[in-house]
Amino acid sequence: MGFGGYLLRRLLLVVPTLAGVTVISFALTYLLPGNPALVKAGALATPDVVREIERQMGLDRPVPVQYWRYVSGLLRGDLGESSSTGRPVLEDFRQRVPATLELTLASLLVAVALGVPLGVLSAVRRDSLLDHVSRLLGVGGVAMPSFWTGLLLLYVFFYLLGVAPPPLGRLAADVTPPARLTGLYVIDAALTADGVALVSALHHLMLPALTLGFAVMAPLTRMVRATMLEILESDYVKAAWAAGLPRRRVVYGDALRNALIPVITVLGVIFGFLMAGNVVVEMVYAWPGLGHYAVTALVTKDPGPIQSFVLFVAVMYVFVNLAVDLLYGLADPRIRLR
Amino acid sequence: MTELLEVRDLSVQFDTDEGVVEAVDAVSFGVRAGEILGVVGESGSGKSVNALAILRLVRPPGRIVGGQVRFEGEDLLTLSEEEMRAVRGARISMVFQSPRTALNPVLTVGRQIARLFELHRGASRRDARRRTLEMLTRVGIAEPERRARQYAHQLSGGMCQRVMIAMALATSPRLLLADEPTTGLDVSIAAQVLELLRDLGRRTGAAIVLITHDLGVVAEVCDRVTVMHAGQLVEVADVRTLFARPLHPYTQALVRAIPRIDQDVAMEPIPGAVPSLLMPPPGCRYADRCPRVLDVCRRERPALLVAAPEHEVACHAVEREGAVAIR
Repeated sequence: MGFGGYLLRRLLLVVPTLAGVTVISFALTYLLPGNPALVKAGALATPDVVREIERQMGLDRPVPVQYWRYVSGLLRGDLGESSSTGRPVLEDFRQRVPATLELTLASLLVAVALGVPLGVLSAVRRDSLLDHVSRLLGVGGVAMPSFWTGLLLLYVFFYLLGVAPPPLGRLAADVTPPARLTGLYVIDAALTADGVALVSALHHLMLPALTLGFAVMAPLTRMVRATMLEILESDYVKAAWAAGLPRRRVVYGDALRNALIPVITVLGVIFGFLMAGNVVVEMVYAWPGLGHYAVTALVTKDPGPIQSFVLFVAVMYVFVNLAVDLLYGLADPRIRLR
Repeated sequence: MTELLEVRDLSVQFDTDEGVVEAVDAVSFGVRAGEILGVVGESGSGKSVNALAILRLVRPPGRIVGGQVRFEGEDLLTLSEEEMRAVRGARISMVFQSPRTALNPVLTVGRQIARLFELHRGASRRDARRRTLEMLTRVGIAEPERRARQYAHQLSGGMCQRVMIAMALATSPRLLLADEPTTGLDVSIAAQVLELLRDLGRRTGAAIVLITHDLGVVAEVCDRVTVMHAGQLVEVADVRTLFARPLHPYTQALVRAIPRIDQDVAMEPIPGAVPSLLMPPPGCRYADRCPRVLDVCRRERPALLVAAPEHEVACHAVEREGAVAIR
């Protein structure tokens, strides 16, 4: 059995994992404090009204039946309703997932684009000023909470320097969103050659992505540095040097290529951090994404969106992990997927 | 006799937190064109560092603190890094111990050889590939096309070492530094690898510096031998003389430590261990282990003196007792 078989097996394994996830997201309704029917009915409702709503929501039925209704609803694409927006959760998600995805991917890009070179340079120039600065940045990224970094960046770049836009969403107020292809404004604007929207989208994405990217950069930099240090001492690097290969080629070809393999794993973990970090950063920058949505739902005790948010994050995790495993097989010839 | 490589007073130190480690202390020796020179000594005697220093591959915290490495007339220690790169892998190449870890795990072995042809000979990709297959055939690898596409982890240890040798000899160097090339290989494979090295060395006219702790290997393939102890060179002789009439007490002990199956004598291990190289005392570093130690041994470092034709030794006792005519 080759790669196709492996992929099929892994995809089949996703099914029970997802089933487990639905149990947890379903259980949330019971774990969250407060009666959802009461929340929906409002503080002034009479007990009769509340009971009526409970009946409508099916809360009076046995738990397995409720679970079955929940899962079969999911399979039909019914994620429930948000009592605060009054719309199906699926529709809200359709609007907000691209915003979150855009921010997450941009942050990942920032983290990789800054973190990997910094880690490599730190390793190559071990104990140099650069190495110390990079380690300080790493500690800072971990130690400073994102909402604080976010506010700090806003203070400097928006308030003091005036080079960043106000933290009010994904585009300037007078810019119309680009035609929707993927929902990621930057990509859509680039694809439709909508220069105005592209500039505005990038402008607005800049600080949030930097905030979030900075927070997750540290583990990446440290990992790359440690791996590179180890690899630079390895026999095959010595052998490459002894064979007369130029230093650059040895460091950025032979060594880095090997160092990037464990980085794939870290990227998977970082992706998880980003999903969590989104919540805070989206609040700071009024970014209309899922994190923002989930916090609002939590504050208003709105079970549908909360359940769906948990489900969404879990599903992302499952697929990111799958992607990490598959990438590993491609990057490392010692691992054969079958 | 003209020497291909002439090492003069080469010293290498490592700066550590505890102090300066003198890993190689004023070592001098020569390598003649086409010969196989053995470098023997216990682990930690500075053999490997010595070889790395010749190619200027000692990495911080280690550094070369003095000496000359004259190769084909020029002092390698004075070359620029750029010029040095044209020496490494092209005119002097190196075979490492543990062949499996000395091959890059994510590159095919064919690619690792081919790129040397591209780098040093300016060969086209296609040409490099053709020559790679030739090279693999020459080092006795069957099915070179298939092997060239494989990775180190798919090959046996012996085959990895053959690949390393193919890499080292790809650009027909004048000198090959082989650092324990048979460690970790089982005996029959080790013998094949040694045979291959000697054979290819003879055919290409490359001189080989064979670093080993195995005197059996030395007796089998080397023309001449240098003996190192704790970073110092104690004796140089042609291989027959060294085994028949070793002069330095350390060499004598080494020879006695060879297990014999033809005679009923017990193997004699050498007492003590290689002394710490951390700020070592002046004088002979073998003094604390030496049965013939004199007062002067602890004060003054013995010079390497000619004891007989093709035989040099650095020992106060030998010098003083006049066991041999020292000229």
